[in-house]
Amino acid sequence: MRYAETGFNLEIDLSRGSIERVETDPQLTELHLGGQGTADRILWDRVPPEVEPFSPDNILIFSAGLLDATPVPGANRTIVNTFSSQTNLHAHSLLGGYFGAELKHAGYDKIVIRGQSPDLVYLWINNDKVEIRDARHLRGKGCQETAEHLKRDLKGDKVQVAAIGPAGENRVNMASIDHSHSSASRGVGSIMGSKRLKAIAVRGTKDIHIARPEELFEICQSMRKEISDNPYVGDWMATDEDDSFHHNNFAWGNARVRRRNFWSKELEERWRVLKQTYMTRQTSCYNCPKVCHNVISSPGRPTFSYKCFGKDTYHMAAFQELDFSYDILGVSQEYGLDSYSTPQVIAFALELHEAGILTDQDFPGMPSEVRGRFFYLLEKIVHREGIGDILANGVSEAARLIGKGAEVYDHNTVKKFEQLPIKLGKLNPPYFLMLATGEKMTITQIEGAFPQDPLPNMEQREEFVKGWTAVPDEKFKKYFLEWNKREEISNEASCAICDWNEAMHYLDDATGICGFLSSFRGGQFGGRSAYHIHNMPPLISLATGMKLDEAGLWKIFQRNRNLVRALNVRRGMRRIDEKPPEDHWAVRDHEFEQKLLDDYYEFKGWNNDGIPTRETLDKLGLDYVSEDFIRRGILTDNEDAFSKEIPRGKEKSGA
Amino acid sequence: MNGGAKKKIVKKIKVNIDKCTGCRACEMACAAFHATPKYSSINPARARIRVFIDERSDLYLPLRAANYTPAECSGRQAYIINEKVYSPCIFCGASCPSRDYFKEPDSDLPLKCDMCEEEPPLSEPMCVQACTFDALTYEETEEEGEMAKEKLEELKTGLESLANKYGLQKLTDAVARRAMSPKG
Repeated sequence: MRYAETGFNLEIDLSRGSIERVETDPQLTELHLGGQGTADRILWDRVPPEVEPFSPDNILIFSAGLLDATPVPGANRTIVNTFSSQTNLHAHSLLGGYFGAELKHAGYDKIVIRGQSPDLVYLWINNDKVEIRDARHLRGKGCQETAEHLKRDLKGDKVQVAAIGPAGENRVNMASIDHSHSSASRGVGSIMGSKRLKAIAVRGTKDIHIARPEELFEICQSMRKEISDNPYVGDWMATDEDDSFHHNNFAWGNARVRRRNFWSKELEERWRVLKQTYMTRQTSCYNCPKVCHNVISSPGRPTFSYKCFGKDTYHMAAFQELDFSYDILGVSQEYGLDSYSTPQVIAFALELHEAGILTDQDFPGMPSEVRGRFFYLLEKIVHREGIGDILANGVSEAARLIGKGAEVYDHNTVKKFEQLPIKLGKLNPPYFLMLATGEKMTITQIEGAFPQDPLPNMEQREEFVKGWTAVPDEKFKKYFLEWNKREEISNEASCAICDWNEAMHYLDDATGICGFLSSFRGGQFGGRSAYHIHNMPPLISLATGMKLDEAGLWKIFQRNRNLVRALNVRRGMRRIDEKPPEDHWAVRDHEFEQKLLDDYYEFKGWNNDGIPTRETLDKLGLDYVSEDFIRRGILTDNEDAFSKEIPRGKEKSGA
Repeated sequence: MNGGAKKKIVKKIKVNIDKCTGCRACEMACAAFHATPKYSSINPARARIRVFIDERSDLYLPLRAANYTPAECSGRQAYIINEKVYSPCIFCGASCPSRDYFKEPDSDLPLKCDMCEEEPPLSEPMCVQACTFDALTYEETEEEGEMAKEKLEELKTGLESLANKYGLQKLTDAVARRAMSPKG
């Protein structure tokens, strides 16, 4: 018997219309855990680098986390992976809500989708009965509207639906896949649209078995209460009325202007009243004791719930106030557009208009005031009309297509992906590494375990490290105690910090544990995360029956991390792509940064071009990757370790 | 048989629907507690409490499994409370043919909440213990009641449902056979 997981994947080929239930190899669970870990193994095995993201041969995978549907509180993530049409690289995305648990109760750990349907379809998974059904009647419908339709047709409020809106149908790169009050962004919606898969509806009534049930249940009952009482976990954006942090420090418009004194008590009170007026409820994801969703019903607009900083993105891009976000978020979420990248694309277009690179002729009938313009461009993008057809590719590709100097306005992307609008003064070395080398395309999916900034005095630092149990090693406390100025921290510390930050996200994405209880809410917000490297192994062992200690779990992180890097290296990603936006910090030191990157690559066991060495790969049991790299000339046969001689920024081999 | 008035304990789960966040920990915990062996399987479909959720209409309603009923209601009414429309079914705990609530998924046999009363009984039902939002709270009150009369009522209800299921004649025969058997 398999514990915690079901041991089966659902394999769907939309070109052939075939549906298969395939037993999975338990050894893969031991190597990669589950979730994104095992999904990436499928992507490696089945999607060669020549496959274009919109090709039927690209694969879209929905994975329930290894601990989803177990009693472990807050383990409910569905991880969505594919190759992104925006970056042409690996796409990582997450859904909260109930989908992952329901999928497992239906008897599957994953849905693996390939091919392309001749017309719009949806997938109906009802335990062992799985059907590909006509979805032409749902064409153009919003995400929630689609879910509502399907729940009604399939007769069950327990049917869980993940759907794309018209943005996904029209293969807009900023399209998301939405379920309940969650959105999977960063490049997965357009791939679902390209496969002409409108939605997946799932209902499951099967048991999930636990290896040591009584012990796990008791631990989880007390953890649920602890998490409920712990003010340092969950999404503070949902509960804290003081949002001066984002408004005074993040950049407005097309990631341009900081308004250091924007926040005031008067504003806070006004916004609090606004929220009170329109918020109908705070809700949770499956089996989680935190309330991170503020459900807002704005008059005449679809109900929505914002996601963390997603509350601010639209009004900050438009230089408006919260009421504008309340007005547009319900509409844009129904369209199935990501609220992080979309406002930046619109602000970018309006900046090009102001600069005269795009003219009135590109925007026929556009209103004169900014709110109207945002709605106008939203429509154009979703339906790929006129200039919207170009903007639907995202900032980077749109800038290239527009030309005429538009490229200069593409100043806030990394690896062709829109970054958070953060523009700061002095360099933060661990953040340099995270922004440069992260492959989940956004800082929120790599930061979290270690504080963002030093604390001003030693007493505060000592107080902070006192209860900091999450540290994998005491050296992290030392790094923090000795950290005085943001820009002054040793390369050794920066490398270890970046690595640890990343580790926690990779473990969350394999287990399905939510980052708000774990990776994202570590040292950077109080240092009291509910999950960490010390308590994850026993929880995984109790749930699955696998023998696992901290060293073993860390090695799984390294294996999963290197597999993502390998997928991207095989698709052409190199050192030259690993750079934060030029204006992310005002003060830059190229030489220092490149030395730091050298050191980090060495720390990771990657060569000077950011490619994992054969030794690194083989040690992690990724021999099949190193063999492939050698066959393709990405690595040479006699290379065994990191070599200092290789000039930076150039391809090592195969050139 | 003592027919006099006696105090009886009434166990009550209070449901505050404004506090429910839809996390469904109550379902998960209930199903785990009632699994055999205990906690060995997790499956909200076996839970004796279900959270009815309609996100768009903002309906969140934890509902405890009550008695089995062989037929659905002949008519329905809709409740409008604070401008929200509630179907009567979402307040009704019956295991009923009109929906898939409160039925064992394998056998379709009805499920019924037992307030976690098995030996030794829990201090409060498992669903209440799992609810960190106080949407579910537990209360015991003493009420005047005639135990003996209530038991007779229970017997009557039980017999009626058996008669419904197997027919009165079969039931009478079975009782007669039982009465004649040596074990009495």
